[in-house]
Amino acid sequence: MFAFPANIPSRSAREALSRRDFVKISGVCAAGLATAGAARASEKRALDPDRRGVLVDLTVCVGCRRCEWACNNANDLPNGDLSDCDDQSIFKSRRRPTSVHLTVVNRMAGSDGSKPIFVKTQCMHCEHPACVSACLVGAMRKTADGPVIYDASRCIGCRYCMVACPYQFAAYEYENALTPQVKKCQLCQSRTSRGELPACVAMCPVEALTYGRRDELLKLAHERIDCNPDRYVNHVYGEHEGGGTSWLYLADRPFTELGFPALGPDSPAELTETIQHGIFKGFAAPVMLFGLLGAIGKLSHASTAHTHAEHTEKVTP
Amino acid sequence: MTLEHSIETSRPRFFTPGVWVVVAVAMIGAAALLARFVFGLGRVTNLDNGYPWGIWIAIDVACGVALAAGGFTTAFVAHLTNREEFHPLVRPALLTAMIGYTFVALGVMTDLGRFWAMWHVMLPWMWQGNSVLFEVAICVMTYVTVLYIEFLPIVCERFIGRVRLPGVLRVLNAPVDRLLRLLDAALGRVMTVFIILGVVLSCMHQSSLGTLMVISGAKLHPLWQTPMLPLFFLLSAFAVGFAMVIFESLLASKSLGIEPETDLLARLARFIPVLLGIYTIAKAIDLLNRGAFVHLFDGSRANMLFIFEFSLGVVAPFIILMVDRWRHSARGLFTAASLVIAGVVMNRLDVFLLAYTPAIEIRPYFPTPAEFAVTAGFIAMIVLIYRFIVLNFPVIERLEEVRA
Repeated sequence: MFAFPANIPSRSAREALSRRDFVKISGVCAAGLATAGAARASEKRALDPDRRGVLVDLTVCVGCRRCEWACNNANDLPNGDLSDCDDQSIFKSRRRPTSVHLTVVNRMAGSDGSKPIFVKTQCMHCEHPACVSACLVGAMRKTADGPVIYDASRCIGCRYCMVACPYQFAAYEYENALTPQVKKCQLCQSRTSRGELPACVAMCPVEALTYGRRDELLKLAHERIDCNPDRYVNHVYGEHEGGGTSWLYLADRPFTELGFPALGPDSPAELTETIQHGIFKGFAAPVMLFGLLGAIGKLSHASTAHTHAEHTEKVTP
Repeated sequence: MTLEHSIETSRPRFFTPGVWVVVAVAMIGAAALLARFVFGLGRVTNLDNGYPWGIWIAIDVACGVALAAGGFTTAFVAHLTNREEFHPLVRPALLTAMIGYTFVALGVMTDLGRFWAMWHVMLPWMWQGNSVLFEVAICVMTYVTVLYIEFLPIVCERFIGRVRLPGVLRVLNAPVDRLLRLLDAALGRVMTVFIILGVVLSCMHQSSLGTLMVISGAKLHPLWQTPMLPLFFLLSAFAVGFAMVIFESLLASKSLGIEPETDLLARLARFIPVLLGIYTIAKAIDLLNRGAFVHLFDGSRANMLFIFEFSLGVVAPFIILMVDRWRHSARGLFTAASLVIAGVVMNRLDVFLLAYTPAIEIRPYFPTPAEFAVTAGFIAMIVLIYRFIVLNFPVIERLEEVRA
């Protein structure tokens, strides 16, 4: 068993486990009873009130990159020695998560010569993810307890999820000719379901990462800002961005300087779903169009039949 | 073109020097295609995590769907509003749509990382109804089927009374003939339903193809990124549908050595300026409404692309087609139609590629020679199949007259 960091009041992992099992079991039952499509639709915004997330305090991060090592280790990705993490030359170029590095830490120099700050990046696990809304076969799924999970067995490899992601945190195995996958942080679902912390959180030596209930993490983040107004900008990134994310960030400077996209409070999925369901609601518009075209066809044929009564023509193309 | 000339070439041959060039392009494309399936996307394309979609989606799929719009626009005008004079244009347009959409599907398959799982789209328990791509995929699949059904009467017409099976299969000649007659009669009764269905499905996915990029948010430049994208895609599909029919008809006349149907095409061309006008008004309202018009004067690359796309594809053909004399000449028609096509191609390229900027650009995207080869190869194959069917099936009325 493990202990949550002291500053996180949380329910026991055991409780979390049983709740997750309940979600799973009821999910299976629902799939069995109703059609799969209906079950998935109802799942869309039914988020658990005690869903999990991670708070990243960038002012604490020392850029040791142990989280990267732990991540590769936990996800069976190619990994070097732990001592490789101390190589500072890697900070020369700005990196993005790739198919073999699901999380990367960058060193961001301040624009006005202020001291550099380290920024850990990985999938943000949006509350209403664009990738989930985009995927046509449901290979991306927002679980009720927080993580956005990729299911390779459904995926057809269209990469529309990557077009949709506003953070560009999904990576593709382009080099794999036959079974490429979309690779991204799964919030260590296999570990958390066993009651363990996500690998990066467990590894962090300075407790820059805090795993817990999202609502409590938000409370904690605002407490920290209120107690140390000089240390932080008054902004918890991820609280509202793109409809909110499971990963939340605290920093000492505006997030746009750190390469975080400035996003509105609505998920990118909100607009397309409104358009799409507006046009196709109850299939009314297509059916009406069908009827209208049928009527046009009937009327125009009737009028021509009237004027050219002698003409008998087939309607086949 | 003189009458003697058309009689002389009453039976056009499939292979000409030009056709051999097209065959060569198709062969190179096939080789590149093979390489893609053997070595994977990574080694054959320049796609990366910043640019997950390249020219196979922007050209083969997005432009392919738009340029195949002639099928439903012509079907609507000729059959549903019952304008008999346009009937000769229906079959070539239908054929283009049928081959075009078939290659859209092949283009998608080429681009899919897990192409062997493509059939997941047909499994109801995999369906994800919030996905715009889901709507596009289902619609396109259904529409391809409808197009094949719409083409069946042409196959019936070709073989009824002319079924000549080889060897021992000869005994089946009469039954097959009877079957074809039965099929033809049955199709004749229900064809109107399929024609209307084709128009409805087209309106649905042509517009949804625009909705597709709305979710990319700020990655698409504000001159194009708008919730009105589905409307713009639909309007431009209508316009380019007519332009494609005109373009192809004139090209086919030249290639097959038959008289161009200038008067008929000029009448069809009247629809284009109306559509371009509506498009312009809607686009102006949208740009004003969103405040995006400021980008019309900022001198950026996107600004230049937009001015190029709009003046080339909307303003220029509008002017040409508004002048009666130009609209009634084969050259004027061909120029205007080519411009509309080029404009729509530019528009789709802009929306899917050129005006799309990744959140973080890892490196600029420029297609590999293999990506170009596959795209060119697909276009070459479309041309070859079109030519083969036109020469062997009753598609182009004037060619039939020449033959008889």
